[in-house]
Amino acid sequence: MENTDLIVLWGSNAREAHPIMFHRMLTGKRNGAEMIVVDPRHTSSAAFADLWLGLDVGSDIALANAVGREIIAQDLHNKEFIANATEGFDEYAASVDRYTLDYAEEITGVPAEGIAELARTYAKAPSAILCWTLGITEHHTAVENVFSLINLALLCGHVGRYGSGLCPLRGQNNVQGGGDMGALPNRLPGFQSVEDPAIRSRFESVWGAPVPPKSGWHLAQMFEAMESGDLRCLYVIGENPADSEANAAHARHLLTGLDHLVVQDIRLTSTAKLADVVLPAAASFAETTGTVTNSERRVQLVRAALEPPGQAKDDLAIVSGVASEMGTDWGEVTAEELWDELRTLSPMHTGMSYERLEANSGLRWPCGGEDDNGSLFLHGRLWDRPVSGARAAFTFAEWRPPVDELTEEYPIRLTTGRRLDSFNTGVQSGAYESPIRNREALDINEADAQKLGIADGEIVRVSSRRGSLETPVRIAPSVHEGLAFLTFHFADQVDTNLLVPDDWDPMSGTSEFKAAAIRIEKI
Amino acid sequence: MTATIKINGEECSVSEGTTLLSACREQGIDIPTICNAENLSPVNTCRVCVVEMEGSRTLVPSCSRQAAEGMVIATHSDRVRRSRRMVLELLASSVDLSRSEADLLGWIDEYEADSSRHSSGDNLDPPATVAQPVKLQDSLYVRDYSRCVLCYKCVQACGEEAQNTFAISVADRGFAATISTEFDTALPDSACVYCGNCIGVCPTGALIFTTEFELREAGEWNEEQQKVTRTVCPYCGVGCNLELRTQDETIVRVTSPSDHEVSHGHLCIKGRFGTGFVKTEPDTES
Repeated sequence: MENTDLIVLWGSNAREAHPIMFHRMLTGKRNGAEMIVVDPRHTSSAAFADLWLGLDVGSDIALANAVGREIIAQDLHNKEFIANATEGFDEYAASVDRYTLDYAEEITGVPAEGIAELARTYAKAPSAILCWTLGITEHHTAVENVFSLINLALLCGHVGRYGSGLCPLRGQNNVQGGGDMGALPNRLPGFQSVEDPAIRSRFESVWGAPVPPKSGWHLAQMFEAMESGDLRCLYVIGENPADSEANAAHARHLLTGLDHLVVQDIRLTSTAKLADVVLPAAASFAETTGTVTNSERRVQLVRAALEPPGQAKDDLAIVSGVASEMGTDWGEVTAEELWDELRTLSPMHTGMSYERLEANSGLRWPCGGEDDNGSLFLHGRLWDRPVSGARAAFTFAEWRPPVDELTEEYPIRLTTGRRLDSFNTGVQSGAYESPIRNREALDINEADAQKLGIADGEIVRVSSRRGSLETPVRIAPSVHEGLAFLTFHFADQVDTNLLVPDDWDPMSGTSEFKAAAIRIEKI
Repeated sequence: MTATIKINGEECSVSEGTTLLSACREQGIDIPTICNAENLSPVNTCRVCVVEMEGSRTLVPSCSRQAAEGMVIATHSDRVRRSRRMVLELLASSVDLSRSEADLLGWIDEYEADSSRHSSGDNLDPPATVAQPVKLQDSLYVRDYSRCVLCYKCVQACGEEAQNTFAISVADRGFAATISTEFDTALPDSACVYCGNCIGVCPTGALIFTTEFELREAGEWNEEQQKVTRTVCPYCGVGCNLELRTQDETIVRVTSPSDHEVSHGHLCIKGRFGTGFVKTEPDTES
């Protein structure tokens, strides 16, 4: 970040959601990098940008395709890289051909000249990093949105080099590590496929137990299975779906209808209040020992500073205790012993002993052995000639509008996100008093407020096709006419997820939190 | 490129462009400084880190002077020691340094700095910064500028060296100088976003956590009973490291190690102030 020539933040408000990463970006800017922000809102990140493209919510694919087309039309693509390291360029070029600047302007609301400038700047930059967060992935076309950005990096060779790359900024301190450890329905630890018999048998020989041979359900499929009655019992660890799921009323209805709900958490969350059994857990970052993995794949040690309160126990002790009740005695397993077992099964973690993690302030995977200091960036192999391993594929995606359609009845687009001092459903951040925290309010543009005869601070009724709530309004220049913004940090005050559609991306299972259609009414 | 320089009569090879302070510390020589920090660029305000350099009429600040071929440096000559002692005495006579970082308190002892030699008595008004009452304007920060030596570190951390918020700056000049928000507005009304990076770099205890202030005022701040544990922030995916200072099973201060590659000693409001949820009984709160 500090030594690149261009930072593109696409669907990311890092200034508030990743503040210390944003420090690095500003150091990069001071060292000469340009910054371009692509976001429907003029966010606090956009305030630092050289160029801000305020696209309409959910038009990312159209914008990316037009940027790709313009790069090719201006002959700015990296032909050497494309020829030697990629596949599918010709099909991609033919497919994006109809995404002209004018066509994209019509879909995205971004002036053609702005799109062309993004294309020129990105293609001409000697190095460029393209970052995104949930502004890209909380859509019904989540994975296709990501592919459309990857295509741009492949066009320009902005991947696998120092200062050039694709950088999804992770939203939680161990969301990367959770996936790495196999907390995914189709993966064993180390991103190894659960449907590969050879891999399964390695795990089975160490674990001494059979591994189910088929991928499981992801979160969205679990809720569908609750609805169909195929899922009757749920064990929730460190998640608060009663507040965090889209179409919250429906999600709560399904959770309430389960035969048995077990919740393991550090606090009595909204979900825990629905549970038959609550298992009080220790706070991992301050009351347990273990590892977490950040956005840059850096595995770091967390260490216990405090005793857990009351009856709370380390997650590891709770899960071992449950296993023991089920008749399997795992003994007193320490986090380090478990980690060392993981290192024998996950090749990308093999070189990461606790001792080395301690000595190196963490290590980035892949880290294959005790003499491997981890990997600063991935995909460097694409610059080997001939390229080593598979070529990187262009994956064209056609733009499709958000599912929740804007109509006369629901004319305003609601998008959701974070504010600086708060976090997700507030389980953690709700416990401290912040001098910069105001009551949650619906950000709307002054023109919309005038049309509706609403004053700043006034309580209004907001309705979507799924639900309705009351909230104060804040007139905010960060949102354009027809756009509104809420967070879901304060469900007790403004239950935002009541409004949000649960139409999910078939590839990732993520709901379209970023695009609800709403109506605002004066009370 | 390396440069050969002579420090206290010993030749040593250092990389060219490194500061004399870093070069000396690499050689295991302790040089006191107040305004310098590993994660900020030098501002040359405190003049405590001066060394004697052959060919230079005046003492030079080691924090900012870069090593160059052939330099001959004395770090603890009588002239240097006298200067450091004088600076420490002048600072300690104008503001209360009793809550300073352990290093600074140690240097005051080591240099036998006796602030009473420069006590102004009742003849002079105190500097403007000292004359201010303790500022208790919110739930997180206490700003006691009667302990401020105007080292500028907080201004740097709030500005382009880290946070880029620019909520505070030095207002006025000389004896009238103070660290101030825009138009001296109360902190909650200023541009401040409460990252606490100013607290993180303050060397004199002028800027502290409310939790620490309250314990100190109650006489319950007990460093001997405290331990510091390094861990990773529980919030976003950046992976900032935290140093949790705990006393009686409570987090009383959160800092960030300045040598860590990810966070460089800096945090946001959530990491610095938002860790109290661990003390909330899980069966009584939602």
